[in-house]
Amino acid sequence: MKKIQILGTGCAKCQNLAAVADQAAKTLGVPYELQKVTDLKQIMSFRVMSTPALVVDGVVKLSGRVPTLEEAQKLIG
Amino acid sequence: MKPAAHATLRLLAAATGLVAWWCLYRHLAALAAWLTYTVAGLARGSHLGASVEFFVFEVPKVLMLLVLVVFGVGVVRTFFTPERTRRLLAGRRESVGNVLAALLGTVTPFCSCSAVPLFIGFVTAGVPLGVTLSFLISAPMVNEVALVLLFGMFGWKVAGLYLGLGLVIAIVAGWILGRLRLQKYVEPWVYENMATATDAPSDDGTSMSWAARVQAGLTAVREIVGKVWLYVLLGIAVGAGIHGYVPENFMASLMGRDAWWSVPLAVLLGVPMYANAAGIIPVVQALLGKGAALGTVLAFMMAVIGLSLPEAIILRQVLRPRLIATFFGVVAGGILIVGYLFNILL
Repeated sequence: MKKIQILGTGCAKCQNLAAVADQAAKTLGVPYELQKVTDLKQIMSFRVMSTPALVVDGVVKLSGRVPTLEEAQKLIG
Repeated sequence: MKPAAHATLRLLAAATGLVAWWCLYRHLAALAAWLTYTVAGLARGSHLGASVEFFVFEVPKVLMLLVLVVFGVGVVRTFFTPERTRRLLAGRRESVGNVLAALLGTVTPFCSCSAVPLFIGFVTAGVPLGVTLSFLISAPMVNEVALVLLFGMFGWKVAGLYLGLGLVIAIVAGWILGRLRLQKYVEPWVYENMATATDAPSDDGTSMSWAARVQAGLTAVREIVGKVWLYVLLGIAVGAGIHGYVPENFMASLMGRDAWWSVPLAVLLGVPMYANAAGIIPVVQALLGKGAALGTVLAFMMAVIGLSLPEAIILRQVLRPRLIATFFGVVAGGILIVGYLFNILL
């Protein structure tokens, strides 16, 4: 089970990242759970400096931008 | 096709595009006049004619400039990730740090929704508070959209002035705020939870391929131009109306240089306004043509673009109200001085 977390306080880009990550994980066909982390203190515990950020199984994969679908697939898979 | 041939082909396409861009840009004025007076058949010197010509000329001009500059800045920004900027600033002495922070603020990717993580990331890595604030002043105020609009509507002198003065305000205000020893007004939790933190990947922007950088430039164009084009259109439409219909010197008594209260009023009005630079600058340009003073106009723009209530609300999560008030007060003071200086000197 992959644990995908989207860090972001709720801006438009965060929604986009969540949608792309969700789609990427679906097309990969792996079991996953998607969680949005909106609490600032929790976000900061990952030490990211720009939101939105993509975290897979506790590792920050990308921050500050929304990836393409293929890029998201690579980052998650 | 071999990768080398592919790259050459792309380069050739880019060069052709740039030449086409330049040719079109050079002839926009003639094209606008032809469309207004020959195709649409409006009378030269009429109110409607002046308004329409202004609109038909300015809209494509500003949008073309925006696409080119936003693309260029988007590519440049791939070299300056927040992580790299933080490394450059950590442990700097204050004065040098303030200058560097203000300069880096112009090229580091920044969105006001990320202001808080960025603030915490800087402060906990040992970047002095005043230096961090220099960055947070310059990043939103001196941005490429504002500079393109200023260049397009006022020319390079005003754009250069705005750039230079924006940097000076960011440097000096950050330095003063650093001197005031305001650390105790930062929310304490900011410093607390660092012990348990894990490290984010060290994305320093040096390992990206050129194809990825170009892709980032294109994404910036889609995101930024996609967001501001409507404001450009609306702003220029209002500006065109003012241009054609408002009498000369109408603004002289209201926003002219003899009205001493116009500068503080401009700043006071500007702070709560969270207008897009793209929408506000064309309107302001038209007002300037009707007798408003340049210092007043600059102060208004800086207050609208550089200081905003939404930003204050976002920063409230990490800064006590007293620090936010001081922050806004010092920056607004700097803008006031700039406004008065210009009205006196020019």
